[in-house]
Amino acid sequence: MSDKKNEVSPLFWESGLEVKPVYTAVDVENSGGMDGVGDPGNYPYTRGIHPSMYRKRPWTMRQYSGFGTAAETHERFLWLLENGQTGLNVAFDLPTQCGLDSDDEMAAGEIGRVGMAVDSLADMEEAFAGIDLNKITVSLTINGSAVAIMAMYFAMARKRGYDLAELRGNCQNDILKEFIGRGTWIFPVEPSIRLVGDTMEFCARNVPRYSPVSVCGYHIRESGANPAQEMAYALSIARAYIEHALQRGLDIDALAAGITFNFDIHGNLWEQVAKFRAGRRLWAKILREEYGAGDPRGLRLRMIAGGGGGGLTIQQPENNIARGAYYALVSALSGTQTMALCSYDEAYTIPSEHAAKLSLRTMQILMHEIGLCDTVDPLGGSWFIETTTNQMEARIVELMRELEEQGGIVQAVATGRVQAAVNAQAYEQERKIQSGEIKKVGVNCFVEEEEQRDVEFHPYREDEAGKQVARLDKIRAGRDGVAVEKLLLVVRAAAESGKNVMPAIMDAVEAYATVGEVCGVLKDVFGTYKEPVRF
Amino acid sequence: MTKPIRALIAKPGLDGHDVGAKLVCRALMNAGMEVVYTGLRQSPGSIAKAAQEEDVDVLGLSILSGAHLPLCRRLSEEMKQRGFEDVLWLVGGNIPARDNAALAELGVDGVFPTGTPFEKLVNFIREKVTR
Repeated sequence: MSDKKNEVSPLFWESGLEVKPVYTAVDVENSGGMDGVGDPGNYPYTRGIHPSMYRKRPWTMRQYSGFGTAAETHERFLWLLENGQTGLNVAFDLPTQCGLDSDDEMAAGEIGRVGMAVDSLADMEEAFAGIDLNKITVSLTINGSAVAIMAMYFAMARKRGYDLAELRGNCQNDILKEFIGRGTWIFPVEPSIRLVGDTMEFCARNVPRYSPVSVCGYHIRESGANPAQEMAYALSIARAYIEHALQRGLDIDALAAGITFNFDIHGNLWEQVAKFRAGRRLWAKILREEYGAGDPRGLRLRMIAGGGGGGLTIQQPENNIARGAYYALVSALSGTQTMALCSYDEAYTIPSEHAAKLSLRTMQILMHEIGLCDTVDPLGGSWFIETTTNQMEARIVELMRELEEQGGIVQAVATGRVQAAVNAQAYEQERKIQSGEIKKVGVNCFVEEEEQRDVEFHPYREDEAGKQVARLDKIRAGRDGVAVEKLLLVVRAAAESGKNVMPAIMDAVEAYATVGEVCGVLKDVFGTYKEPVRF
Repeated sequence: MTKPIRALIAKPGLDGHDVGAKLVCRALMNAGMEVVYTGLRQSPGSIAKAAQEEDVDVLGLSILSGAHLPLCRRLSEEMKQRGFEDVLWLVGGNIPARDNAALAELGVDGVFPTGTPFEKLVNFIREKVTR
């Protein structure tokens, strides 16, 4: 007899999974059982990559930060560290990200605006002066111009006496996702992948504890992908880099250990938890079963997760403080290694000191006050979570297979097919928000009749931009110009011959060759990417 | 039969966030307008040129980097130089309300920050463009 009183309407997550009102052990069995769960710190790492997770090692707090000149950014870094931040995550300005010097025509109005301006090694030296790079790991959020910036970071570290063989840290350097979202590409797809390969090879041989690539599902999700697609695209991209680097005769374990991940958190709490648990398990399985990897260092999916910029709203901005706290909670429940939160004003501007501190305090409250570090994978073993983890894994596998059958991720990006698909979804999502089908507090429900209200703004200092150009002039005037010319020719020769460009770029930037000069040479050789605009 | 409204949607400067620009393209196309999208990293000069050559009724810029004032200042000069000012000039993206007046002074006809309902934008264009 049907019980009309208890009937509920069907519910689907963004990834397409149907959610039942009640789960039991039967659901776990039907979805694949508990065999794939395992213990924390053990293959396949469903429950986390360390045996005691946060009890022994709480997550690293690494707010994305940087603005203006290296001197201004250096001050913010010190301030964040004084306030208890445990790692650095560097934001670069758009000219730097696009491989242009501050005196380039296209840099006008953009110098130091969304991140720190870096033209030469001098800026890198100033930004990290006095910061112990063995104690504080640094994450460089740079992609298109990553070969130049990574080389500058290594050159700076070497100059300060650090042994590159021991240096830790990571670089974003995930160019394939830049073609899908975020858009700081420079070179065409093929040479771009080759450059990522050069960094992987260089690090595997010379900077083995450094992670040269952080594959970003984050920006793909922000561009409109659902959580299952976010994971499927990210793992496919990671596989594409590995496939490329393997052709260079590198060892799979060394390569895998050099790859970390960056994921997004917004939307449904449980769906995110299932996504991360499934993704961790699947990545370990792919590496072991398809590539024969064995070293746990590589099999463990290490990630930064938090963010959720796409979930924040311009309306009623203080609501973003609450959203950020929940995203951080999800991140901790998902077993992240590193957390970075979008600050509540980030829908408008780069975070003010006040907003940045609130984000940091949010993570600290979670870490120290409410018991999130007490035990490993606290949601593990729940019939609901284990079932949806199994289902999510199946969904991700299916998406990855489809992508493979259609010619693989590299081709899908090059032709613009992924971009078009993600875009169509972003439109659907936006339409549903505008129609109220998807609820968004302050946007389509609990709306307040108010004029658009601005938050406190981090000031943009036009005079600092001028100083950066003057500083660049001074660097150019003070260096050995002939030597720089010669070293840039070596970079060109390496790029043309297919030799790894990293050693030559290290030498060039050490002699104060600029980001724009290095990327200019590479553009001469490789050309520039042309966007396939498809709707 | 009246000719459809023509719009150029452009991404000036180095900002790579194009989700919003592409959403707007789609929304305008679904509203029956003809849309040209420039793609990323356009200089103000190339945008003014494209708008004039494409003979558009609407020029929409999408800027999320915070560089909207210097970029619009340069575009305004470029349009003046070309004698191409008879166009409905709109700006969208992360635009704080406090900059609306400065943009209006440069010749911007409407500011539509992130999250603006498509309907509001489409209605505004239909009201202002008569051909």
